[in-house]
Amino acid sequence: MDPVNIANLALAGVLTGLVYGLMALGLSVIFGVVRVVNFAHGEMMTIAMYATVLLFSRWGIDPFLAVLPVALAFFVLGCALQAGLINPFITRPEHSQFMLLVAVALIMVNALLVGFGPDARSVQLDYLLESIEAGPLLLDRGKLYAALVACATAALLFAFFRFTPTGKAIRACADNYLGARVVGLNVRRYYALTFGLGSACVAVAGCMMVLLVDVTPVLGPGYTLLAFVIVIVGGLGSMTGALLGGVLIGLSEALAGLFIAPSAKSMFSFGLLILVLLFRPQGLLGRKS
Amino acid sequence: MTNRAIVLLSALGAILLVLPGFAGPYVLSVVTLILFFAYAGQAWNVMMGFAGQLSLGHSLYVGVGAYAAAGLYFHYGIGAWAGIWLAVLLCVALGCVIGFLAFRFGISGVYFALLTIAFAEFTRIGFDHIAWLGGPGGLFIKVEQRTAWDLLDLRGTPAMFYYVILFLAAGALLLCSLLLRTRAGYYWQAIREDEEAAQALGINTFRWKMLAVAISSAMTAVAGVFFAFYYNNLFPEQIFHISRSIEIILGPIIGGIGTLFGPVLGAAVLTILADGITELLVAFGLEFPGVKQVFYGVVLLVVVMFLPNGIWPALARRLKLERR
Repeated sequence: MDPVNIANLALAGVLTGLVYGLMALGLSVIFGVVRVVNFAHGEMMTIAMYATVLLFSRWGIDPFLAVLPVALAFFVLGCALQAGLINPFITRPEHSQFMLLVAVALIMVNALLVGFGPDARSVQLDYLLESIEAGPLLLDRGKLYAALVACATAALLFAFFRFTPTGKAIRACADNYLGARVVGLNVRRYYALTFGLGSACVAVAGCMMVLLVDVTPVLGPGYTLLAFVIVIVGGLGSMTGALLGGVLIGLSEALAGLFIAPSAKSMFSFGLLILVLLFRPQGLLGRKS
Repeated sequence: MTNRAIVLLSALGAILLVLPGFAGPYVLSVVTLILFFAYAGQAWNVMMGFAGQLSLGHSLYVGVGAYAAAGLYFHYGIGAWAGIWLAVLLCVALGCVIGFLAFRFGISGVYFALLTIAFAEFTRIGFDHIAWLGGPGGLFIKVEQRTAWDLLDLRGTPAMFYYVILFLAAGALLLCSLLLRTRAGYYWQAIREDEEAAQALGINTFRWKMLAVAISSAMTAVAGVFFAFYYNNLFPEQIFHISRSIEIILGPIIGGIGTLFGPVLGAAVLTILADGITELLVAFGLEFPGVKQVFYGVVLLVVVMFLPNGIWPALARRLKLERR
């Protein structure tokens, strides 16, 4: 096998993995703060993908411009979802939360199916097919830009949590629920804000994912599982871990597709998940609880 | 149970026993489906409802059980009477491996649930690559029109399948009610309520959790065997899919986790609801793909929000079916 070919594939895998990482970052942020596992995560991303496709086909809005309105809409939607549906559930047992989000996911997938039908949709843009030569390597323009947007979004989120007072307050809620309430933080409001931020992350990832794959309503559950794999591998609740996990999974998918069989690539990811769960359950970059 | 509950239960049992005598094929198939989910839900309930271990990968045991028995029959003509043992053996072994790894390494809660999903998904993709069992193209058992009942091979009329699953569901109900009164049952409930406290009282939580997994996976394997011979076709994509696991656990959660009659009631409510929605949509000319599931999801949402403990506890209290 040609090493340049392998390097090209690995590079494409890393770029795709960064978009995966951003998707998983949303899940990780939500879990890290709200302590609720968002079982509707992939479904939310599919909705963002459809929104992007719709904006493009109706008004010709470029996916890179669609990022802003879609992310904003998802932020509002996520806040509303947390404030209206999930907040009453945060003191309930895990299986109860799980059922709630499964129901939400079921409604999302099938509402898309009703609205758009089962056929695959995509965004056709000429510049997506161009490639950039970097020495012997070939870079897909669409993938490169998508990965850059993913990195920029992640950096923004990092900065928000690190430097703004609101970000600090959210971290306080995550560290100590009771303590945060004692010092007078409205924890439920910050939970809603966090779910909104996580949703905005997944929305940006969805806008970028449209550049990489065609979208169908049934993609949702698969992406939910993929996001789980990534955050567990990276460390549930760790932000850098989510990005690292995304890159690892993207890379392993690309290489497993090449060396083993394309249909076995997610088997590889799940195998990795099992190994990490057993030997480093807190994830590669997670802290021991 | 109160006297009233015993009378009601006996009446229900009597009706179910004579049902094939007067019900049409459609009603019989619906009740068969209800009983199937009641049985599988009961099996899952042993692990989650009794011992508090949330498994979201029970499709693994349904699938492996189904493929084990169906593979034996397909390749060697060995009937279900033997296949069932292989199915149970394989599933208990699998369950014990997963349980051992998880409990030894201290994986619990959400992480345990995700581990069970991972094993089911891993197996699903693996079965896509086993050509001997048909791979992604599926495994088909020859469908023969039989009028006689062949219980050993599990070939026969719909009425036979109905009685088989009725027997299984009733047996599971009985087994669970007995289990709850054994030492294991009390230990499980102690572990479910507070594992550390149970440990502090000297309960070997590892051993009892393993027992719950073993019993639950064995029971689910039998459900898989029934599934294989009732439907006669198996696809990894369907039988191992996470939506199948969710289907199994919906009944007990809607009906009431940890209760004896919750899984039965939940299965009945959900199956009838799904069929009722289909009928309604056909009547209104709205049968687009997905509409049914949207309604289903909304009902689920409402039940989870307003009846957090399930329908059975509320119903039992209202109708005075359980001693307080």
